[in-house]
Order: sequence, then C-alpha cells, then structure tokens
Amino acid sequence: MTTLSVPDVRDDAALRRFLHGLPGVDQVGAEARAAGLATRSIKTTAKAWAIDTAISMVDLTTLEGADTPGKVRSLCAKAIRPDPSDPSAPPVAAVCVYPDLVETAVEALRGSSVQIASVATAFPSGRAALSTKLQDVRDAVAAGATEIDMVIDRGAFLAGRYLEVYEEIVAVKEACECGTGSPVHLKVILETGELATLDNARRASWLALLAGGDFIKTSTGKVTPAATPPVALIMLEAVRDFHDQTGELRGVKLAGGIRASKEAIRYLVMVNEVAGDDWLTPALFRLGASSLLNDLLLQRHKLATGAYDGPDYVTVD
Amino acid sequence: MATFDYAPAPESREIARLKPSYQIFVNGEFRDGTGDAVKTINPADEEPLAEIAEAGICDVEDAVRAARRAFETSWSQISGAERGKYLFRIARGIQERSRELAVLESLDNGKPIKESRDVDVPLAAAHFFYYAGWADKLDYAGFGPNPPALGVAGQIIPWNFPLLMAAWKIAPALACGNTVVLKPAESTPLSALVLAEIVAEADLPPGVVNVLPGPGSAIGQALVDHPDVDKIAFTGSTEIGKLIQRAAAGTRKRLTLELGGKAANIVFEDAPLDQAVEGIVNGIYFNQGQVCCAGSRLLVQESIEDELISSLKRRLATLRVGHPLDKNTDVGAINSAAQLAKIRELSDAGEAEGADRWSPPCELPERGFWFVPTLFTGVSQASRIAQEEIFGPVLSVLTFRTPDEAIAKANNTPYGLSAGVWTEKGSRILSMVNRLRAGVIWANTFNRFDPTAPFGGYKESGFGREGGRHGLAAYLDV
Amino acid sequence: MSDATRLPVRKTYKLFIGGAFPRSESGRSYPVTAPSGEPVHAAQASRKDVRDAVRAARGAVAKWSAMTAYNRGQILYRVAEMLEGRREQFTAYTSSGEVDAAIDRWVHYAGWADKYAQVVGATNPVAGPYFTFSLPEPTGVVAVLAPQESPLLGLVSVLAPVLTTGNTAVVVASEAQPLPAISLAEVLGTSDVPGGVVNLLTGYGAELAPWLAGHRDVNALDLTGAAPGARADLQAAAADNVKRVYVPARADDWTAPPGLTRLNAFVETKTVWHPIGV
Repeated sequence: MTTLSVPDVRDDAALRRFLHGLPGVDQVGAEARAAGLATRSIKTTAKAWAIDTAISMVDLTTLEGADTPGKVRSLCAKAIRPDPSDPSAPPVAAVCVYPDLVETAVEALRGSSVQIASVATAFPSGRAALSTKLQDVRDAVAAGATEIDMVIDRGAFLAGRYLEVYEEIVAVKEACECGTGSPVHLKVILETGELATLDNARRASWLALLAGGDFIKTSTGKVTPAATPPVALIMLEAVRDFHDQTGELRGVKLAGGIRASKEAIRYLVMVNEVAGDDWLTPALFRLGASSLLNDLLLQRHKLATGAYDGPDYVTVD
Repeated sequence: MATFDYAPAPESREIARLKPSYQIFVNGEFRDGTGDAVKTINPADEEPLAEIAEAGICDVEDAVRAARRAFETSWSQISGAERGKYLFRIARGIQERSRELAVLESLDNGKPIKESRDVDVPLAAAHFFYYAGWADKLDYAGFGPNPPALGVAGQIIPWNFPLLMAAWKIAPALACGNTVVLKPAESTPLSALVLAEIVAEADLPPGVVNVLPGPGSAIGQALVDHPDVDKIAFTGSTEIGKLIQRAAAGTRKRLTLELGGKAANIVFEDAPLDQAVEGIVNGIYFNQGQVCCAGSRLLVQESIEDELISSLKRRLATLRVGHPLDKNTDVGAINSAAQLAKIRELSDAGEAEGADRWSPPCELPERGFWFVPTLFTGVSQASRIAQEEIFGPVLSVLTFRTPDEAIAKANNTPYGLSAGVWTEKGSRILSMVNRLRAGVIWANTFNRFDPTAPFGGYKESGFGREGGRHGLAAYLDV
Repeated sequence: MSDATRLPVRKTYKLFIGGAFPRSESGRSYPVTAPSGEPVHAAQASRKDVRDAVRAARGAVAKWSAMTAYNRGQILYRVAEMLEGRREQFTAYTSSGEVDAAIDRWVHYAGWADKYAQVVGATNPVAGPYFTFSLPEPTGVVAVLAPQESPLLGLVSVLAPVLTTGNTAVVVASEAQPLPAISLAEVLGTSDVPGGVVNLLTGYGAELAPWLAGHRDVNALDLTGAAPGARADLQAAAADNVKRVYVPARADDWTAPPGLTRLNAFVETKTVWHPIGV
C-alpha cells in the first residue's frame, strides 16, 4: 500500500525519495500479523491440497561447492517424480543449480514441465565486476536456464546507492533476454537477512519490482536469518501493492531455512490472505528448498495412510 | 487453480467437560441457589448448554456473611506471603485447565476459540500470577507501610470477557487481603463457576471467594445495597454504573467503575499503514466488538482516507465469521439476542442518518446470534453511531485534517476509556497522548492488555484502575 | 534381594557450568562431610573453571535479560515448585524450617520480577517538552560469593535477587558446606532456567574470588561470603573495570524479609528522553 505513484526513475535522489516515502513498517505489528496468520489450522482436505500445491511450488535446490552432474541428475529425477511409489505426487516447479550444471539439468529434465533455474551474478555474495556477473547470466541462459536467480548488491543498497542497484537489475534483466528461447524469468534475491530491517525489505522489494524483476526472493540460503514470516509478509504486501498500482502480477520466492511442511503451509496461508489467491500458483509463488520436499512427501504419506512415516520411506537425493 | 478453502478445524466440545447443571459457590461449597433455575445457552446455535441454579436474595446474605467471617477469621490473619501462595495455586490451576476453560468460554460467550485460547485464558492466569506476587509486597506499592484491606468486596462483572473479568476482579482483591462475592453475568456464568472449582481445589479457606450467578437486577442490586459490603467493583454499562454510584451515595462503600467507551483510533498519513489496518481490525472486530475499549471510531486523516478504507475493506474480506469453536474463526457469535437487537438498531440508525454502510460478502449460520463485520463511512460527528456505544462489530469512520481537529473529535464524547494513535513520528504520539482524555492510549497498536498495566477510564467511562500497581489501590484502605 | 544387602549408589558432586555438570577441569576435589557422616569429595574449581563459568554466564545474558519479566517470574516460581518437590533431599542438610524459607524466598522473588521496575522506575516531570522516564536494567554478569553459613537459605537469598532483575550469575558456594549448592544446581537444571544463567562453583573461596574480582567480563561482585580480611583486596581488584561491588553493611539475617537492597545492588538505571510535539 502506498500513496505514491510509481516514479520515473532518473536519478538516485528520485529513487530515494520514492523508496523512503513508502509507508513505514512497524516491526512489532508486522511480526504480530505474521504470527497471527500462523495460527490458522489447516486440516484434512485443505491440508492435502496445500501439500500438493506446495510440492508444485518447490524450486528443488542444490547449491554446494561439492555439486556434481551425478548429484544434479539425481535431483532432477526427484523433481520430475518426487515420490517413486506414488505417481499422483505432482512434479516440483523447478530445479535450481549453479550455472555450470545447467546443461546437465537441461538434459535430465527434457520433456518434463520442470523449469531450470540457475543462480547467477556471482552468487551468493554478488561481489564481482558487473561484466563478470552479466557473463555469468549469459552463460546460464545460453546453457538453457529458463529462470535466473540473481543477487542484488547489498553493499550498494545499504550505502544508499539505489540507482546502482536498480541499474544492475535492469542490466541483468536485459542479459536474461539475450537467449533464443522463450523469455527467461528473473528472480531478484534481496538477501533480507543482510538488509536487517523490514523497512529495508520493503524498499528493496519495490526497487527490484521497479527494475523489472519477475520475482522477488528473500535469500540465498547462505545467510541467517533467511526466509522469515515477517519478511515474507512484507514482500507479499509489496507484490500486492505493486499490482494495485500497475496491474502487473509479480511473484515471490521464499528461500532458506524452510524445512517443515507446517512452515510451507503457513506460507501458503499467508499468500492466500495477504496477496490473494491469484498468487497461489507456481507462476507467482515459489519455495526454494531441498529438505522441505521430503517432509512434504512424509506428510503426504501421513495423510494418505493415517500413520506417521519415517525418513527411511522417502528417497534421499 | 482451486482456491485455498480451509477445511473445518473444530475444537472438540467435549474438552469443556460441560455438566448438565451448575451450582452457586458459597462458603467453600457448591449448592443450589435459591433463585430460579435458568438455562445458559450457546449463542452460536441457541441450544441450551447447562442449567444454573441461580442465587437468590438469601444466598447474597449467606455469601456476604461467609465472606465477612472469612475476612475476619482466616484471610486477614494469614501473612501476605501465604496469601500469595494461594493465588499462585489459582494461577497454576487456570493454566492446567486452560484448554477446558477456553472451550467452555467460547461455548458460553460465542467468542472465537483462538481468542479464548490465546487471550482470555492466558491473561486470566497471568493476572493471578501478577497479583500473587504483590501479596507480600504491599509495603512497596507506594501507599505507606502495612496498607490495610477494605474487607468484603462485591464484584459485578460483564459477559464479554467472563473469566478474564473475574480474574481482574478477584486477583487484586485477594492479594490485598479482601474476601469477595462475585456476581458473573447472567448469560455467561460457566467459566466463573469453574474458576470457583479451581479456588476450591487450591484449598482457599471457605468464604474467601463466593460466586453468585444471577440477574443483575436482583443479585447485583442486593450486593450493591448490602450494608456489610465494603466495596463494590463493577464492570459494565455506563447506565448501570450511574445507578450503582447513586445507590452507594451516602454509604461507606468504596467504588470502582469500569464502564462504556467510544474510543477514537486516530490514523495519521505517516502511519505504518499495513499495521494500522491490522490495528483497526483488531480494535473493533476483536471479540465481535463487544469490548468496552473497542476502537469503534476510526479517525483517519483525509489525505489517506480512500487508500486506507480500500485496504481495510480488502482485509475485512479475509475475516472468517463463523462457528466459535473452529480454530480458524476470526469473528464469532454475538453474545445474546438482546445485544444483537441493539447492534441492529444502532446500525440501522446509522444508515438512516445517511452514513454509507458496507460489509464483506459473508454467509452467516442460520441459527444463533450473528452480525457481519460492518463499516460505516461518511459518518458525521453528530450521528448516533459516532456518539453511542454500539458494543458490536461496527466501525464508524470519520476524517480529520489536523492534529487539533483529531483531538477535538476524539475527545468530543462523554466517554474516555481508550484511544489509538498511529504515526511513525514519536513526538506526535506523545503530544497526542498528552491531549487525549482517555485512560488507556495505544500508539501503533491496539487492544493490548497486561496484568502489569493499569486499565480504566476518564469521564463517564468510570473511575479506578485495574491492573498494575495502581490496581491495588482499589482494594486497600488508602 | 533384601534391603540389608543392597549397596546404595552414591552421588558424585560436580560443578554446574552452562547448564551442564562438569568436574573441575583441574581434576581436583576436596573432602567435605556429607549429612550422613560419610566422607565425600566436592569438586575443587580452578581459575579455568572460573573462566568457563564467566563465559557461560556472559553467553546467557542476552537471552535471560531479554526474556519478559513475566517469563522470568514464571521460571523462578518453577524453581520453587521443583525445590518443594525435593524437600527431603535438602532437609538432610538443614532444618525443614530453613528449607521452607528457601522455597518461599524463590516465590517472593518470582513475584518481584514483573514489579521491581514498577517500584523503582519513574517518569520524570522534567521542565520542558520532553517525555522522560527512568527504568532499571540488569547490569550483566554478577559474581556472587555465597555466604559461608546458611548454605541453602543464604545461598538462595543472594542468588535469587541477582536473577530476578535479569542478571546472570557465577556463584562460589560455601566452602565448608558446598553440597546444598550442588543439589540446588540440580533443581535449577530442571526448572527451565536457561543454561548459563546460573553457574555454581565449589572450592576454595580464597583461590577463586581474586579471579572473579579481577575478571574484566564480570560486571558486579557480591562479597557476602568473602572472608572479612579479603574484602579490601577484592574491592580494589574490582576497580579494574569499575565493577559494582556489594558489601553487606551488617551481618545478614537470612530469616528476615529481604527488602530491596539486593535487588537494587545489581541494576543500572537508564533514563530516556523524547520530545513531545505535533
């Protein structure tokens, strides 16, 4: 919600005036609202629907120095068919890997609905020359990535150099469009854990949306805290308000630290009640995760059989 | 994609351990009252919950006599530290039976289980904990050494927070060394009677706490008129409060009154707007708006009126109105047919006076007492819905242009219980606080309660404070 | 097997640091007399145990001091409940009256947790358009030399007020009678008191106290149990980082109502100014 109209972005000062003119966030109130939404009790049919919806929104992620083609292939198999014993479990939204493993993922996912996301722009710190970051993006796109998860320059943001952050996002967005295939979706990682305040999370969200990010994403997963309910609340409010102002639908991706089905379901409740049910689709909401998927599958078993399951009954990938 | 329909998530009614009948509690014993046997009903479906053998006039005699005897022979003889330990026991008893009390409260009152579970019951326990700790520290409360108790306190409480109001009344009275005769509201007697069970299980001496469910016109009146009652504490309407104040005139009775309100919730253009929307919703739709300190008048700065109202409407559309025992219910049932009739009458008056009425689309159950959350815009200061306490989920929206105008409108009421101020500018909050004539002011939040924080009104919202160090004064001869 | 032939299992008396029960890192112990008369060995803490205990206490400050006063009060009341449940264990050391008084003292301080600031805090009617208030805050890590006599009631009476206002503690127990302190540690360890909030050392006060007095990460020092002849040196050592030092003005009567003195000893007063204007 903002009284300001979306600005013509020409200079740092105009951008600053806009971002600092956004309504403030009262931290205590925002936390209370997030906690209130977490008390929703999602049972039976609603829970079954929520679990399958959450699975379909997962960006199944591996971002380790030790990643290999073998690991990525295994992850892709899981992405297409999360539960080998139950074909009714939906595939996930995307697999998320480093740029050098995109090719492997493209091969492994061929013919499936699963998207190939790649982190680029010197993930996770973003501390590299712009030219290097853009080359990183082009490489990933050229290898077949359909989604790019970029990191913003948190140093520039915290130092108040908003235009620099803005222009970098614009440049990455252009690099995303250099491919020959269909448009590559850009997710802009704000790394809200480093931005520290909810006011900053709101400003960074708007900055990324103004610059053309298709999604705003909480975190790299390499910094604590990562996705938290209050931050998710603020970002969902941002896409909601951006839509009010511009008519454009942009997405939100929560990443980092979401491990339990219960948390995922709570986030779906938040999407439902804060942004609205337009956002309850993988096209506009994602959960970046690795271990979450197995917990969702365990809960799925639990709902189907009525008995609690153990970790030996889902696959390790 | 299908919409996210929350499946029913009902709390089990069995948890309340409803008994077919309940008795009054006098001198440490449960017994049938000599008044009428009446049924208390579930306002969500109008079905009877249990029968109450209500108190009659002679039960008032017995209870006051028992309270007097307990005051003189036991309660005033034991040390503050030992009194405190009894109160700690009661606090623990409430915690141990919290789920039962929450379900019972929602059944009897109609409030959503999430409120009785997360607000009413934990706060009731916290009140006993807090005042338990005061019992041996009264010398430090600022009234000089050894402040004496008053004696027998008659306490009359309303139906909107039945257990919590009982705790607000009983805990400080006992901590200060008084004994009590409590009269719960006629439509919501059950939780106070379970509290009486907890008191009995805590082994309090007989007569220290007596609970007399019954009609206000008979039992409440008899307590007010009783010559051996030293103190009357009343929470309820301003109308009855005035009657009580008149009745106590010329007697030695001490009096505290916590009465009605028509709080202004003032939102400036530089407020944290998303949180303000939450605060407005919490302010007027919490407990179906049946809250004396409800933020029933929204004063919004004209420059942001359209934006705030559209956000508010969007938010209201997500409120879930329905069965009180469903864990996802945000707005439950109105407590009684009489209250519902009053809300309807005032809302219709608002419409007739030309205000714009709006409610989110919402299906209400067929049986029971229901009123959809309602918003009036274009309300003038002279309108009845801007002046009279509706005590229901009805918000009247007015606008202002300057801080002076906000103050003038906010204070332009005989009431003065509470107010809200929303702005990110700290110095403005404090200047508004200085000029608002209200006993509780919330800044960038609303409807916060804590046993350490005194609560009570200015002007026709009553006098005396409950909660905090100040709450002790109501039960000490100081 | 008949009772007569059953061999009782004896307890090893250890230190209490960071919520765990380690032996002294030095491996030392010293003989003390158990109530049954049998010889037992208490851990003889070392300089390095002091260091570890202070580190644990410092680590616990953030959580304990940020807890709501209500929660702290609930936890202190829980200590009373757990102590009541183990009355028998303590009546072996001391009179049942003293055990009762120790339990009630926890209850007393539990009640102070959310009232102390209301009694000593204030709004200040300054001559100007400012809203001004003063409130007490915990000083931080408090080193407590527990009284040599009254090893249970005295210990509780010096420890509880330190905790009530949100400080964490490193306590050196009575040298000659350390066993009640270790049993109390077992109570604290099962009462929802976060690990590190209370750390209890047994051993020789003359060896341990100077390390605590000189430790620059200790904020305050309670000299109640220090040998009278050692007090001046400990006070002087405490000056190194301007510790708040509490020296009892007179011999404590542990059975008397405690008053505010010990609560007041380990708090800082913070005064806040804010302008008032539209």
